[in-house]
Amino acid sequence: MEHKKVIIVGSGPAGLTAAIYTARADLEPMVIEGEPSSTSDQPGGQLMLTTEIENFPGFPEGLMGPELMTNMRAQAERFGASFKTAKVTKVLLDSSPFALYTSDQQDQNEPALTCDALIVATGARSIMLNLESENELIGHGLSTCATCDGFFFRGQDIAVVGGGDSALEEALFLTKFANSVTIIHRRDTLRASKIMQDRAFSNEKIRFEWNKTVTALHSKDSVLTGVTLEDTATYENTMLNVTGLFVAIGHSPNTDVFKGLLEMDDAGYIISHSGTHTSIDGVFACGDVQDHKYRQAITAAGSGCMAAIDVERWLESQH
Amino acid sequence: MNTHKITQLNDANFDEWIKTADKPVLVDFWAEWCGPCKMIAPILEQIAVEEEARVGIAKLNVDNSLEVARRYEVMSIPTLILFKDGQVAKRIVGAMPKSSLMRELTPHL
Repeated sequence: MEHKKVIIVGSGPAGLTAAIYTARADLEPMVIEGEPSSTSDQPGGQLMLTTEIENFPGFPEGLMGPELMTNMRAQAERFGASFKTAKVTKVLLDSSPFALYTSDQQDQNEPALTCDALIVATGARSIMLNLESENELIGHGLSTCATCDGFFFRGQDIAVVGGGDSALEEALFLTKFANSVTIIHRRDTLRASKIMQDRAFSNEKIRFEWNKTVTALHSKDSVLTGVTLEDTATYENTMLNVTGLFVAIGHSPNTDVFKGLLEMDDAGYIISHSGTHTSIDGVFACGDVQDHKYRQAITAAGSGCMAAIDVERWLESQH
Repeated sequence: MNTHKITQLNDANFDEWIKTADKPVLVDFWAEWCGPCKMIAPILEQIAVEEEARVGIAKLNVDNSLEVARRYEVMSIPTLILFKDGQVAKRIVGAMPKSSLMRELTPHL
């Protein structure tokens, strides 16, 4: 069992910014960064699945999401943060020090790590459609990562489900490859920002299916061939022939291991107060795990910085 | 990093190499622009060294070798395909931790 002053769970912009700041404060933080996967639940977080980031201040020409995250990690490492490539499987927060179990430990009988202060920066993940054969079709037409898979849909007719910024960003990216991109949205207006809407509306490869939800996936020889759309008002079903379907219908916080331990709202987001404090003294939360409103790389990074400063002051106050 | 243990394949040398391999070969279909591909690259480098006796590791960049990628219906990367005697023995789509990857591979080695 190893003891750390500060453990940070999560390695998106929030977790890594908290790591940079706590490392520079000589708190020798350990970041439990997650495990490799092809969903946003991976080291680096949601930005690992994005392409060009145009709105992160300081990069006038934009930069790639994975590049930004690789840089943030290197910066945290440079100041002495350590990393564990694993997931947290269980936490004990009822007494100090806090105890953590991780996916890479052999003996699950005792915790792998303990810490004085804990920063929760586990972020949020994309919600899936919850349809039959969805899992089998991932990688066979159904995709969780437009930047990974868009390339394979050159000249094909594909669709994106969702009406927010991420849906439009994916759709616009996919027009580089696809013959047509249909945006399927359950309402008649988009949630996305004005600039993304303008770009989508003026792109001749993009068309819209308004007031529709996807109710079934169709496949032949284990490869997606189309989807059934249901009209939200008339419940009328139509078939849309697409060989690719990209899902961007929203997010859900990664708070399963903290359920019942930290105060959360109805959607499972951690409730933070007085900066980044949570319902347990010594546990702090930053980034998308406690924010369903702004959800930007820069706001996550900003709250990661706040958490680091809150932790530093809290540790000082414990003496 | 032990990149020298990893064979770089392309449309031109793929068939010959797969056919003449003297042990099972795990081919990583990847590209520069794919975040999850970068994540599993170091894992494959480790496996290339640790499992050298049982499996060969090769990489195929889909950006410049689309023909092979198409032939094996790769529609998502990273895709890992294990070839035994020139035949597909196992197909793994998506990045995953080393332990999960070895759990998938070991029965076929």
